[in-house]
Amino acid sequence: MLTRLCYLLATAFLTTATPTAGQVPLGEASAVEEGLEIGTSTSEIAITSDFRGADLTVFGALTNADELFLAIGQYDVIVTLEGPRDYATVRKKERVLGIWMNTASMTFEQVPVSYSLASTREIDAIDEAPSLNSIGVGINHLALTPTGFLGNAVNLSEFREAYRRLKLANGLYQRDTSGVRFVSSSLFRASLRLPANIPDGIHTVHAYLFKGGELIVQQELPLRVVKTGLEQAITDAAHNRPILYGLACVLIAVITGWGASLIFRKD
Amino acid sequence: MTVYLPIAELSVNIFIILGMGAAVGFLSGMFGVGGGFLITPLLIFYNIPPVIAVATGASQVVASSVSGAITHFRRGTLDMKLGTVLLVGGLAGATVGISIFSWLRRVGQLDLFISLLYVLLLTTVGILMLNESVRALRRSARNEPPVAKRPGQHIWVHRLPFKMRFKRSKIYLSAVPILVLGFAIGVLTSIMGVGGGFIMVPAMIYLLRIPTNVVVGTSLFQIIFTTAYTTMVQAATNYSVDIVLATILMVAGVIGAQYGVRVGQKLRGEQLRALLALLVLAVGIRLAIGLVVAPEDLYSVSVGGFAD
Repeated sequence: MLTRLCYLLATAFLTTATPTAGQVPLGEASAVEEGLEIGTSTSEIAITSDFRGADLTVFGALTNADELFLAIGQYDVIVTLEGPRDYATVRKKERVLGIWMNTASMTFEQVPVSYSLASTREIDAIDEAPSLNSIGVGINHLALTPTGFLGNAVNLSEFREAYRRLKLANGLYQRDTSGVRFVSSSLFRASLRLPANIPDGIHTVHAYLFKGGELIVQQELPLRVVKTGLEQAITDAAHNRPILYGLACVLIAVITGWGASLIFRKD
Repeated sequence: MTVYLPIAELSVNIFIILGMGAAVGFLSGMFGVGGGFLITPLLIFYNIPPVIAVATGASQVVASSVSGAITHFRRGTLDMKLGTVLLVGGLAGATVGISIFSWLRRVGQLDLFISLLYVLLLTTVGILMLNESVRALRRSARNEPPVAKRPGQHIWVHRLPFKMRFKRSKIYLSAVPILVLGFAIGVLTSIMGVGGGFIMVPAMIYLLRIPTNVVVGTSLFQIIFTTAYTTMVQAATNYSVDIVLATILMVAGVIGAQYGVRVGQKLRGEQLRALLALLVLAVGIRLAIGLVVAPEDLYSVSVGGFAD
């Protein structure tokens, strides 16, 4: 009965419900495989000229959930929003002749520029570190691989730690360990915060379902973060037609300067 | 009210930017300077990335120099030929400067280098100006006549080859020191986002012995084209000119400048120079403090990377 209700609710929430393979019994006859369905409140976030960040709600439903595990709260959900990937360079300052200057640096390979995580509880309580590391879920478990590795291990962990701390400090990395809430026994809602400085591009919503501390199923959905209208036109122009863009800047400057001298002329 | 800067990729308070532009415009109108040396550090203090502060500062100088240059052109106090020679040096300098800029950015020393250059130039120029204006103030207090200039005197600059005749300035001078000066200013424009008038004007008067009446107009001519060129090249190579930020600064700047000019006319020259010297010193010292005080965080992170 409950499962059926879940199905109904899930289809109500979701526009793109894919058929689950959960119907087919595997191994033991009693064990059906759980399914996970997710949908987002929007598939596109627009960065407007007064953009101050946004909230994204991810809805999800468990299908074929085991009643017993549900009752004792053995299902855990982690939802993440991963930004576009790029290299990241961490630099360290040291005092040289009384002046603080960058002396050491480390570049990490293709890490998400932004990363927002919501979970049912503390993620390290959901699963053990090695398995979270292997799937790269959680700010402390993202793979940070230095390019052209040099230096020692102490150095590496120091730079990794600094990277995470700085990203958390500027809001590009966030976590909310109570951000996923079950609204019914098998329906959940995750709230993710997108910071004002979020990069544009294709982001990915990942949802991970854990059962008794083990990842059993995951889903993902793309989320486009786009600059709109004028902002987009300006960015496009600056990157695709840089000479014209520069010319426009100079032209505005000349007109502003000249205009002012015309308007404020005293004769 | 916040406004999103598409190139800097951050939201800023529009009133703070307008205020900055107006304040710098006011001061630049009052002192007759471009204001680049004030706007760039101010933007950096307001957490605009130095890369963008420098490139956008250069475009702001274009706007603030245009009206001045027009006035000088009308009055005939602009030596086109001299200005063109300066400009040739300036464009070459700006080209070299931009490659230095891009290289410093790649190795992660750009911010430090910009700060160091600012500290060095602002404190040196500030001390020299303060010294000179205090002496002038003392002289006028004692009612002594100013020290007579000796325009006929020959110094080493006049023994250099490739002499050219500059009719409007009524001088016969080697092109070499003019090109070198233009080049140096071009480098400064591209790395610091300044027009360089505060260095070029004294250098033209004291080093090249160019008549004072054409100096300001001619330097403005060089500044407009060098800063315009820098804006274009920065836009093309570093994608670092923020048109939204630049427009807000320019509009506020030119309006502020008009009021600055009116206040400036009520003050005496020596007093103005003393005040400007103090301002220049203050910015320099503020930047110097930033270099020696231990940073809050020893680490910094930047997106993008150079797998080298």
